[in-house]
Amino acid sequence: MFYREAGDFKTRYVDDAQTFPIRFDRLRYYAVVAVAFGVVPFLINDYWANAVLVPFLIYAIAAIGLNILTGYCGQVSLGTGGFMAVGAYACYKLMTAFPEVSILIHVLLAGGITAAVGVLFGLPSLRIKGFYLAVATLAAQFFLVWLFNKVPWFYNYSASGQISAPERTFLGHAVTGAGTTAAAKYLFCLIILFALAWLARNLTRGTVGRKWMAIRDMDIAAEIIGVNPLTTKLTAFAVSSFYIGVAGALFFSVYLGAVEVGEAFGIQKSFLVLFMIIIGGLGSIFGSFAGAAFLVLLPVLLKNILVGQFGWATDLAAHVELMIVGGLIVIFLIAEPHGLAQLWRLAKEKLRLWPFPH
Amino acid sequence: MRKTLTALALALAAATPAMAELVVPNLSYRTGPYAPGGIPYADGFNDYFTLLNERDGGIGGEKVVTPECETAYNTEKGVECYEATKGSGALVYNPLSTGITYQLIPKVSADKIPLYTPGYGRTSAANGKVFEWVFNYPANYWDAASVAIKYLLDQNGGDLNGKKIALVYHNSAYGKEPIRTLTELSKKHGYTLIEIPVDHPGQEQKSQWLQIRRDKPDYVLMWGWGVMNAVAIQEAANIKYPMENFIGVWWSGSENDVLPAGDGANGYKSLAMHGTGMDYPVYADLKQYVYDAGKASGAGDQVGSVLYSRGMYAALVISEAIRKAQELAGTSAINAVQLRDGFEQLEITQERMTELGLPNFGQAFKASCEDHGGPGAALIQQWDAAAKKWSLITDFIAPDDEVLVPLVMEDSAAFAAENNIAERCN
Repeated sequence: MFYREAGDFKTRYVDDAQTFPIRFDRLRYYAVVAVAFGVVPFLINDYWANAVLVPFLIYAIAAIGLNILTGYCGQVSLGTGGFMAVGAYACYKLMTAFPEVSILIHVLLAGGITAAVGVLFGLPSLRIKGFYLAVATLAAQFFLVWLFNKVPWFYNYSASGQISAPERTFLGHAVTGAGTTAAAKYLFCLIILFALAWLARNLTRGTVGRKWMAIRDMDIAAEIIGVNPLTTKLTAFAVSSFYIGVAGALFFSVYLGAVEVGEAFGIQKSFLVLFMIIIGGLGSIFGSFAGAAFLVLLPVLLKNILVGQFGWATDLAAHVELMIVGGLIVIFLIAEPHGLAQLWRLAKEKLRLWPFPH
Repeated sequence: MRKTLTALALALAAATPAMAELVVPNLSYRTGPYAPGGIPYADGFNDYFTLLNERDGGIGGEKVVTPECETAYNTEKGVECYEATKGSGALVYNPLSTGITYQLIPKVSADKIPLYTPGYGRTSAANGKVFEWVFNYPANYWDAASVAIKYLLDQNGGDLNGKKIALVYHNSAYGKEPIRTLTELSKKHGYTLIEIPVDHPGQEQKSQWLQIRRDKPDYVLMWGWGVMNAVAIQEAANIKYPMENFIGVWWSGSENDVLPAGDGANGYKSLAMHGTGMDYPVYADLKQYVYDAGKASGAGDQVGSVLYSRGMYAALVISEAIRKAQELAGTSAINAVQLRDGFEQLEITQERMTELGLPNFGQAFKASCEDHGGPGAALIQQWDAAAKKWSLITDFIAPDDEVLVPLVMEDSAAFAAENNIAERCN
């Protein structure tokens, strides 16, 4: 019905190797991209951009980053918040030091700096594994937050330790600062997310990704067949930290505009992104999107339903919302331990056979 | 995901609040580690506007609505709340969070909505030449730091040379605000400042108080909020720190902070920017029109407490600014831009406070184009654990403007340079 695959022949290897080999999937993907780029920017308003879509896009970048490290390479990390802080502070220092340079360059450079820091904190992963590595990255989280609180150079000696994003432009349009339009914010994040997701998808399908997965599945066996654990683990840390750094830079400059490190990039941020990939699905790009959507959109949706529709007291609604989100996470994980991505995969399998399952 | 979005769109479309005459959103927090401070403040804020609606039929004949939005003292939720409410004709924001204030300053300036942050927020917003849309009278953090030091000078015969003063602070924008002033003042008065940060949320402070026990500072100042206050006071009692040498800022001086420590908290001092308790005529009206009518906000159990009084005070100043704006604009249905003018030309005298049923509750002040910060004087109050009551032990103490004004100018000039703002009022 939906997946009419009869007559969809592949005559070249390239056709078989493409990201969406099924025609219906491919068309749907084009449709989503077309709507995201061609329709949403014209309809978006401040509320949708600042409260819903921009945080979703940014968290999706962070989730893809962590998924590369944890989902594809098998290295558990609890340092996401700290690495996002590196991206944010690097972006801030660059923005204030070189005001005339395009913000896109700053965001990418901030990602590069985070990648270097990530590699540094990734070095212990060559010796320590599993939970022990999680604890080592937890140390990175606390160290980085402490560092940005302690050294005034990072926040340009401001009285309160806050960093605030001044107005910076990309192709002549303001994308940071208060004068930014909703569409500019959204499109800037969307372009970066699209490029990075495309890159991640193709990295994970190629040699690099296969090496990561080999290390994840069994590191000794991978080493025997010629995968170098040093370069493989460190590339995973570098690429992952690059993504997380870009997410942190956008989170600070485009989304919030002013942050303080302990509140915005504390340990709860590390857990939030980790929950996103666990709920969404480890080792899946789609899972990163689904997880980010689940944890960003659901609380806002619940709040609007409980307070806006039912007129509940705000504190009661906030408590009930926590219970519902928590409960749903447990239910989802019991129903499908491999996350929303696996649910989607199963649904697709069923749909391909529907209405004639055998 | 598309389904979620559709559902979200439907929920949002229906969630738009009804357009009312005067909308004053209440960005409150009744959940999380800062709820002990957020609940009484939000209740006081709501109740005062309820009183105006019930007793006087609103302000200038226009009813006031205070749609509440839960921020949990979290900046991301704060942004969501701001965006959700600003379309409904919001006149003024009062988020009761320094972090959210920092975020909202550029946004309100672009959206042209006043931001009123009494006793918190960005101190240098007192300079109206740079911060057109932000008002923080009657007092701010740097005033508080200066008043505390002045009080200590007074206690020590005008000399703090060689004294050690520790600052226990919430490790955030809020807690770091007074450091610059206290450092400046230490140069002037010759005391040593020991900075002791407490990380969010502040439930664990053993190491900080161990440090205090070791260093034996002569005085401890505290910039704490939420559960951090109660924990600090308990820890101070545990190490038998002399409570009369322990002074909190006005955000660290409510009943919820001292009650958990019981008798141990006896003698603890805090700053206050207004009086407290229920010995004011306005409570007779509040009782008649609000509490007895069953219209009290929240559980109604916070009435008369310090932070309830502060929420009420914030509502009072906002309502007076609305009145002033209505008078200036010649219409009762004012908009946010007109309200800004009202804030800027607001004058609250002692006679007016008496008329409003709160004689000697707060200081008289007069705003102007340059001055958005007010006189900045504060009182010192002390906790009596046996009577479970705060008692005021000083009159209003004026801050040391000689030190503060250059600091405010320096910080606001930095903000102006970063954001290309030309000075107004010249």
